[in-house]
Amino acid sequence: MEHVIEIQHLKKSYGNLDVLHDVNLSIDEGQVMTIIGSSGSGKSTLLRCINLLEIPTGGTIAYRGKKILDGNMNINSYRSKVGMVFQSFNLFANKTVLENCMIAQIKVLKRNKEEARQIALKHLSAVGMEKFAQASVTTLSGGQKQRVAIARSLCMDPDVLLFDEPTSALDPEMVGDVLEVMNSLAKEGLTMVVVTHEMQFAKEVSDVVCFMDKGYVCEIGTSDQIFNHPKEERTKQFLSRYMNDAS
Amino acid sequence: MSIDFHFAWQTLLDGWPLFAYGIAMTLAFAFVGTACGLVLGLIIGAIHSMEIDPLDSTFKKILKKCGHVFTSLYVWIFRGTPMMVQAVFLYYLLKPILNWDGLTAGMIIISINTGAYMAEIIRSGIQAIDPGQSEGAKALGMTNAQTLFSIIFPQAIKNSFPSIGNQLIVNIKDSCMLNAIAVTELYFQATSIAGSTMKYTEIYMLVAIMYLILTSLATAILHFIEKKITHTNQVSVMDNCA
Repeated sequence: MEHVIEIQHLKKSYGNLDVLHDVNLSIDEGQVMTIIGSSGSGKSTLLRCINLLEIPTGGTIAYRGKKILDGNMNINSYRSKVGMVFQSFNLFANKTVLENCMIAQIKVLKRNKEEARQIALKHLSAVGMEKFAQASVTTLSGGQKQRVAIARSLCMDPDVLLFDEPTSALDPEMVGDVLEVMNSLAKEGLTMVVVTHEMQFAKEVSDVVCFMDKGYVCEIGTSDQIFNHPKEERTKQFLSRYMNDAS
Repeated sequence: MSIDFHFAWQTLLDGWPLFAYGIAMTLAFAFVGTACGLVLGLIIGAIHSMEIDPLDSTFKKILKKCGHVFTSLYVWIFRGTPMMVQAVFLYYLLKPILNWDGLTAGMIIISINTGAYMAEIIRSGIQAIDPGQSEGAKALGMTNAQTLFSIIFPQAIKNSFPSIGNQLIVNIKDSCMLNAIAVTELYFQATSIAGSTMKYTEIYMLVAIMYLILTSLATAILHFIEKKITHTNQVSVMDNCA
């Protein structure tokens, strides 16, 4: 079976600082992969490399078998297939909620206005934000912004959706709403790659959990393998500290 | 020191068509200069904000590099020299080639000069926008141009509105430098009337009052527009709360 995304020997460095050393991963259709690890382990950089917001220094990334780094692939059309939800939402401040969800459909996918509107409203109501369609995004709370950002990505009919610590900038009581939305997306079979510190969420929804440490994939396996029977010492350390912190 | 107010009044009554023509020209220079300057500033801002992407082809990289050098040179030269010097130099330099008159040359020179300031104003307006928004647009597959025109410029212009308006005020006054290439704006009219009557104090007092009225009116109008922009914001906030 062809992987949706296949990463081989991915490297990323900033000057002398190596952030990713040698990352090998593959993501399959309908899979939910969570990437966990301590701060500075390269999780977010890996995610940003997948979307080419950072250009890798070495290695290959293939999207459905096609290599995306050799210049033969249109980066913008690739990005419209591989959506991204950010920690800081990154909504367009000069547009309403509805316009945020429509603009890329019109500009990138060349949908007409009415079609874009219908699709936007469909996804906004799926995340419980249809009542705010006409609101300016600057007036929303963090949790509401993130749900709009998720709807905005879904409007592009993404093949894969990447989440970069989607709940880290939220008030604790907002986190639940966003995780609930992500949970239902996972159940619908959307292919997702999620960088997160929400261990309970990772444990529940993941098909594959990837533990990263110091720019390497330290351990990868099913949710049960990683959370209940970790093999690597670093994984055990990280998880025990996390569980202690949480309690 | 004495000012002959009676003479000043009489000159105003007799010579108003000359002053009126001067005022009309001054305003024309100020508005055309500010509007064209803004467009130039946006173009320069757009070129300046293009990042060199490691995935670009070599040709594209060189093109972007040249763009950066060109825009920096442009801003450096036109912000770093007096407009009066630019006007005289360019007017006589290009006259044999373009065969232009003072009016056309003046309009073009004030626009180019303003463009250099606008480029800086737009640049700081762009910097004030959270870079996350460009990233959000990128992640949706939008091109740089689409992002600039739909997301970045509308906000940059709004952020910079007070500075853009300030440039209009500056242009109302600074257009007087174009008298150096014999453009008949307000200052030029004053110089000719003063020269023929030898009443310098009175004529320049009149002109000073006229400039003050023009800039005050422009300031009031700009404040009104600015208030309206912020007001619409407040209304939308209220709507959403309800």
